[in-house]
Amino acid sequence: MSSELHFDVLVAGAGPAGIAAGCAAAESSARTCVIDDNPAPGGQIWRGDTSQRVTRLVESGANVMTSTTLIDCPSKGVAVVLRGTQSCTISWDRMVIATGARERWIPFPGWTLPNVMGAGGLQALAKGGLPIRGKRVVVAGSGPLLLAVAAYLKQHGAIVPVIAEQADFGKLMRFGMSLLAHPTKLIQAAMLQAQLAGTGYLSGCWPVRAHGKAHLESVTLFRNGRTRTVPCDYLAVGFGLVSNTELAELLGCQVNEGGVVVDEWQETTVAGVFCAGEPTGIGGVDIAIAEGVVAGYAAAGAKDKARANFRARDSVRRFAVGLNEAFALRPDLKALADDETIVCRCEDVTLGRLKARHDWRDGKLHTRCGMGPCQGRVCGPAVEWLLGWPRTSVRPPLYPVPIGSISEVRK
Amino acid sequence: MPETVSLTINGRKISVAAGTPVAVAALLAGPTAALRRSAHGGARGPLCGMGICYECRVTIDGVSQTKSCQTPCRDGMVVVTDEF
Repeated sequence: MSSELHFDVLVAGAGPAGIAAGCAAAESSARTCVIDDNPAPGGQIWRGDTSQRVTRLVESGANVMTSTTLIDCPSKGVAVVLRGTQSCTISWDRMVIATGARERWIPFPGWTLPNVMGAGGLQALAKGGLPIRGKRVVVAGSGPLLLAVAAYLKQHGAIVPVIAEQADFGKLMRFGMSLLAHPTKLIQAAMLQAQLAGTGYLSGCWPVRAHGKAHLESVTLFRNGRTRTVPCDYLAVGFGLVSNTELAELLGCQVNEGGVVVDEWQETTVAGVFCAGEPTGIGGVDIAIAEGVVAGYAAAGAKDKARANFRARDSVRRFAVGLNEAFALRPDLKALADDETIVCRCEDVTLGRLKARHDWRDGKLHTRCGMGPCQGRVCGPAVEWLLGWPRTSVRPPLYPVPIGSISEVRK
Repeated sequence: MPETVSLTINGRKISVAAGTPVAVAALLAGPTAALRRSAHGGARGPLCGMGICYECRVTIDGVSQTKSCQTPCRDGMVVVTDEF
């Protein structure tokens, strides 16, 4: 184990919320460290972004540790992190959890075929250099991310024949009207619409089967009682986002259906542990930044500065309510997977095998569902939604680690 | 930092822009869109692109189960994916 580090404020996650919190804490003279498992700060939305917001973090004086994965908090004030195959311990007085969100996938036949990717997943790889010019990409699932991803792909030369949004037109219209109360969102929506000219945006439409032998060749979409099959190179699919609450749960913070419970200072039910952005409830980048600012100042003990940012935060938060109502998942999607459809991709567990079990524990014991490397991050939300099994407790390590690195820490 | 780096993927040499994730380089190297075989032998490629799903895991410089989407390519790297 390498040398021990100590910080006043440890920020877990270097996306919009973590960057905002890290800047606020470091600029308030707290010894601050921001860690992230990705090779560069920015999170998903600012991936590959080298603009002001990312450089401000570096200039804030915060210690930024990338390619660093937080795997355990064996006691309060201690974090074990993994860098490559080496682990080390960081001690902290206050923590800001800014672990973001992941995509939600609803299993359907063919969704395990290569080139069926997350909507954000394909965008991330495209930002990393995966060539998409001239490729046909069907974008499907639910939520505003589909529009952003489709616009990005088109800008970079992809052909997007259709965006299939499962939500109904009526709900989307009501959401559209609610945007009138949020002028910046309205402008963003108008810009996306302009970028997406020529692409069909179909509401009440969803994928029912992906086809292909070695990889994806086409996808069948369902709408208004009819199906049609669209040839494509990629299917970019995601049914909204799921909060990454594993670290908060490990620390004993209360988590309810909406996410990690926080007070006006963004402090969780565990004193000294703060939370900002998507883990407190899916709401998007503006809320993440606003919450991160409050959390960072509060964690650094700069209460006046934190309080001065309450109003800005509370005004952007109102947007999230309409968002989650408009894109609520329709029950029809529960019928997409058949008994042969794989639900747990790590252990190849089908829905048919899971239906014979009665809860997570029983499912794990008999099928190994949720026990592979992703530790249920992909299948967990799907199983919860499909079968109604409530989530189980989180245990360390938060991510799979080489066995040698664990034995070093426990020495 | 050099503008391009050269690495070996399944014995094949490939040059990519510095900073390219190994997952992208491996898909470029081909010949398939799959990087690994599942527990029951199914072909799998990247899903989440952000270090959550582990569907892109490969062997990098002898270290197995490495998430290729979160690992930038480096000069001289040796990458092995499952065979197809």
